[in-house]
Amino acid sequence: MAGSYRISGQGRLTPAKTARFTFDGKSMTGLAGDTVASALLANGVHLVGRSFKYHRPRGILSAGAEEPNALVTVSRDAARKTPNVRATVQELYDGLTVASQNRWPSLSFDVGAVNDIASPMFSAGFYYKTFMWPKAAWHKFYEPNIRAAAGLGVAPDQPDPDHYSALYAHCEVLVLGGGAAGLAAALAAAETGVRVIICDEQAEFGGALRYEKGAVIDGQDGWSWAQDVVAKLAAMDNVTVLSRTTAFGYYAQNFVGLVERVTDHLARPGRDEPRERLWQVRAKRVVIATGAIERHMVFANNDRPGVMLASAARTFLNHYGVVVGRQIGVYTANDSAYAAAIDLKKAGVGVAAVVDLRDNPSGPLVDEARALGIEVNHGRAVTSVNGSQRIKSMTVQAKGGGAERTIAVDALLMSAGWTPSVHMFSQSRGKVAFDDATKRFLPGTYAQDCVSVGACNGFDSLEDTVAQALEAGANAARDAGAKSSKGVTLKVEASEGWTGGMLGSGPGAGAGTTVKAFVDFQNDVTAKDIRQAVHEGMRSIEHVKRFTTNGMATDQGKTSNMHGLAIAAEALNKDIPAVGLTTFRAPYTPVTFGAIVNHARHGLFDPTRKTPTHSWAESHGAVFEDVGQWKRAWYFPRAGEDMHQAVDRECVTVRKSAGLFDASTLGKIEVVGPDAARFMELLYTNPWEKLEVGRCRYGIMLREDGFIYDDGVVGRLAQDRFHVTTTTGGAARVMNHMEDYLQTEFPDLDVWLTSVSEQWAVIAVQGPNSRDIIEPLVEGIDMSDEAMPHMSVREGMICGVPTRLFRMSFTGDRGFEVNVPADYGRAVWEALWAEGQKHGACAYGTEAMHVLRAEKGYIIVGQDTDGTVTPNDAGLDWAVGKKKTDFVGIRGMTRPDLVAKGRKQLVGLKTKDPRTVLEEGAQIVENPKQAIPMKMIGHVTSSYWSANCDRSIAMGLVLGGRDRIGETLYVPMPDGVIEVEVTGTVFFDEKGDRLNG
Amino acid sequence: MLLIHCPYCEEERPELEFRNAGEAHIARSTNIAAESDEDFEKFFFIRSNPKGVIFERWRHIHGCARFFNAARDTITDRFLLTYKAGEPKPDLEKLKADGGPAAWANRPPDQLNEKPKAKRSTKGEA
Amino acid sequence: MAKVAIATRQPAHAGKSLGGHGVSLKVLEPASRMSLRARPAAVAALSKAIGVTLPEKPKSSAVKAGRTVLWLGPDEWLVIDEAGGDPIGDCASVKGLHSAVDVSHRNVGIAVIGPNAADTINAGCPQDLSLAAFPVGAASRTVLGKVEMVLLRTGEDAFRLECWRSFSDYVWGFLSEAARDG
Repeated sequence: MAGSYRISGQGRLTPAKTARFTFDGKSMTGLAGDTVASALLANGVHLVGRSFKYHRPRGILSAGAEEPNALVTVSRDAARKTPNVRATVQELYDGLTVASQNRWPSLSFDVGAVNDIASPMFSAGFYYKTFMWPKAAWHKFYEPNIRAAAGLGVAPDQPDPDHYSALYAHCEVLVLGGGAAGLAAALAAAETGVRVIICDEQAEFGGALRYEKGAVIDGQDGWSWAQDVVAKLAAMDNVTVLSRTTAFGYYAQNFVGLVERVTDHLARPGRDEPRERLWQVRAKRVVIATGAIERHMVFANNDRPGVMLASAARTFLNHYGVVVGRQIGVYTANDSAYAAAIDLKKAGVGVAAVVDLRDNPSGPLVDEARALGIEVNHGRAVTSVNGSQRIKSMTVQAKGGGAERTIAVDALLMSAGWTPSVHMFSQSRGKVAFDDATKRFLPGTYAQDCVSVGACNGFDSLEDTVAQALEAGANAARDAGAKSSKGVTLKVEASEGWTGGMLGSGPGAGAGTTVKAFVDFQNDVTAKDIRQAVHEGMRSIEHVKRFTTNGMATDQGKTSNMHGLAIAAEALNKDIPAVGLTTFRAPYTPVTFGAIVNHARHGLFDPTRKTPTHSWAESHGAVFEDVGQWKRAWYFPRAGEDMHQAVDRECVTVRKSAGLFDASTLGKIEVVGPDAARFMELLYTNPWEKLEVGRCRYGIMLREDGFIYDDGVVGRLAQDRFHVTTTTGGAARVMNHMEDYLQTEFPDLDVWLTSVSEQWAVIAVQGPNSRDIIEPLVEGIDMSDEAMPHMSVREGMICGVPTRLFRMSFTGDRGFEVNVPADYGRAVWEALWAEGQKHGACAYGTEAMHVLRAEKGYIIVGQDTDGTVTPNDAGLDWAVGKKKTDFVGIRGMTRPDLVAKGRKQLVGLKTKDPRTVLEEGAQIVENPKQAIPMKMIGHVTSSYWSANCDRSIAMGLVLGGRDRIGETLYVPMPDGVIEVEVTGTVFFDEKGDRLNG
Repeated sequence: MLLIHCPYCEEERPELEFRNAGEAHIARSTNIAAESDEDFEKFFFIRSNPKGVIFERWRHIHGCARFFNAARDTITDRFLLTYKAGEPKPDLEKLKADGGPAAWANRPPDQLNEKPKAKRSTKGEA
Repeated sequence: MAKVAIATRQPAHAGKSLGGHGVSLKVLEPASRMSLRARPAAVAALSKAIGVTLPEKPKSSAVKAGRTVLWLGPDEWLVIDEAGGDPIGDCASVKGLHSAVDVSHRNVGIAVIGPNAADTINAGCPQDLSLAAFPVGAASRTVLGKVEMVLLRTGEDAFRLECWRSFSDYVWGFLSEAARDG
């Protein structure tokens, strides 16, 4: 047998299929189909971890996703290490490596356990009270020591080598949960032919049928029935069956997030298999069949290893063939624990006693237990257990007190009843309602197109559950548009009926006691802590929750919320609904970052946009810079050159001969239609109606508030056709801005906008030799100064392909921009490059482009402007049509503050020492000797070393700047004050002769 | 992620295809240059920002690229109606009456709040 | 001018293809593309000029003789000519109000074909791509991951996807990874 606690003839696993694994370095054997929890229990291991705050030894509480205690670290290799994995969820595979957490030096001897003894220090609200003062203790003590002592597993320190997938899916009916209810609903929906997705967090479908032995559905044992239904559903084309898939979030309009664990259970995952797959499902109808979760009893030392939920023990026996002890005790307020005792007794395990808090438990299960010779104590309570790393006995006492009796047990099974899992319903924004008769919250008012069925809807009998689920499934399909309706009926021939339950602390752990009776195991919250929170003035459950951290751990209070609420209600002397339930939030269980991020890693994190000539630049040694999503050639260093030298050379070469620059990233918009000029008049400050065909103009676009939004050169290709360019960064928003006005403010204009940013590759050829370089390649365009003056545009051919050839300059020298269809970009660039070589031209990057334009005082929107700069501030009044009566921003420009004196204006700045290059963003002051904080009157917007001017040049926005020309101002820096002279913005060729030079 | 009904595409599309464009029915003056400071302030700066139904503009930017208008409840995020740009502002009271109280989904509440018919256990607990 | 070498066309990702799980990807040959905008009054004349009736139903397309016209918006169509024609030239003589802009080089076309084609695209496209919701011939501008695309269903298991040229690295990378999952 794989483990000495594995019982022959019990469970559904195959004894021959063994799997080796290690726990804290110790090698053990389990079976295929085991979870880490069942395999550890089969090997007699109950102690699996240490608690969050007190470092108390902890065991396995449950057999499912609600597990608060048995959190372990699972690793495949150094990088594939996952902390805080629930041992009850992680499936075993051969070679699995498991380690316990939050202990040092070892699980059985943990230094941190001193916290348990010192626990009065760490009571509720400890963090809020302790970390207040002294301030210095934060760095020296609180952060490094106290925070290190608390906590769970350790995050891996290497990048995650796995890949994660995702997809959007659509269906008519989505079924959350694959127990009897979910399967019945899915079957009924699927038979109508609509698309159905059913998911379950477990490896196998069946839900509670995993442990409920007596159920018979359609003449079959419940579990076998479930497997048959799953097989049938999986074979249907319209059904997607997802096991190991948790619905973790329920969002607006039936948008549900599922995460499928694809390879975590595999010893050797396939290379192409993602570790997890995120399903983003849009469903017309959702059937919530998430079942119920058993509650623990709240009594002293209820967290000791060996104390577990009755249904968990039953699952370990009936599904995994594992007994959780040799001599067990049962402490319950509910019938279901009897079923566990009965099954274990029948499997040959000693059942020392059932302790039932109820005065007169009755019913078939109680009778059967008695008939099997199990001692049933009623009206009694377990007030404590003894044994630290594994329980040795339980202490039993009458409810009202009296003599104690100690009964030797090595495991204690408990059940305080069942809490319907309304998490998904609540996440859907449905309002829960308290059912006073059964003391539980159930789905009340629905907010979305969903329905709850089965135990999560308060149905206790399998018969009712299946009947309602079938109806709900069929209705969901019909409401979602199913054409056919094939009735499905299922006969439930046998099942167990359970009643009973209790909320809050049990005898011996009530008001006035100081025992450690845990409510929230994972966050180490005791009944006393909750009462203390109330005592200290917390009235709302939301406050109690945050003060005590009850329900705030990774299990989100699946087992603890109702107990916590009941204890708070009792302490407040209020009804439970008056205290209220805390909000359920996504995720239902923790979701990996990998699943959330999925494909968006590495190269797919964000698009990287490259121009058609990118590969040429790359092969010519370009260093690239990121401009938004674009990669742009920054500079082209030659052997031995640093950036500074390369940029200097590029700048000088352009002015001496010529340079080629890739301007393809500029936004380009084709404005077409009889009202094109009228539209341009409305969107730009400049006049356009009279611009001749074949001519260009530098245009400024404002927002309605009068501030500069974008700029660019616009060419008129025909009476009804403009070729508009925008800044690289502004391309998308300018298009949106223009569409917005066209569609919503000026819809009567007959004009259309088409983005052609990527239709055209743009090669700027700038410098005195630019025409000589281009001309030999061009056909059908007279490039003489007379025929093609500065600021004109011609259509023709270059290298045998169509071109839109602009004569324009962003350097102040003669210049052209050659537009060719993008796929020809590289070939035309190479042809121009070959011509350029004859003239000693160079390729230059964005840095030289910036320097060259700054030498001429040409602004860059977004660098020299910041969204609060008017055309006048930037010295661009000349570009505003004085006779115009309307354009976007015309009114904003005349707002009182925008025309007032004392605005910041763009000016040139020359450092007194021409070698000193100012820092962009540096602040400017009038008097450097004033007290700190100084009055800042402006800042540096652009600053470069200009090889052409043989000095540094800069521009800045300065209060009343233009009136200060000639004045000396100061730029205080950490290592001294820099003196600057305010100047005009043109540093090179002030008269502008070179445009035609 | 919401579903938004595009009045031009005539179907619901995922929110990822859309972009919000601020409050709707704020007309730009045809003689804006002559507008008073007060009127310009109202036009450009002042927005209603209601708790409840807002009329707002959306653009199906990654779809048909049209701007259109919507009435949306800022509390529930529910779209009460979407309509083409240029169409008149719908009657808010009527929309609210049509909308009903608990309706985050695109479905009338009377169909939504049907309680499951099957009976629940009434067996008492301790 | 005869001495000037004619520039050769170098499309992005030319000839690339990839096989995945139940899906194959292929970068399509260059095509002539036209962004066509028009007032309703011009639709009939434009249809006649280009030889394909402009579809007026949302999310639809029409195809004839190697020329596909995709409805993108109420006054917007994308015309893709794979037969070596000149759609811009064809529209030149149409008098009705319209705008015809050459966008041949703006886009890269990728075929996604196979039983898992829809799932592969759904890795990043939030639309319902079932045959009921997105039948053969359906066309729509939408999103793939973090970029915009135009999607056309050319067969039950076949899609043509178009994205802007500079986004083709991203789109190809995204589809390749999604195809691996299948």
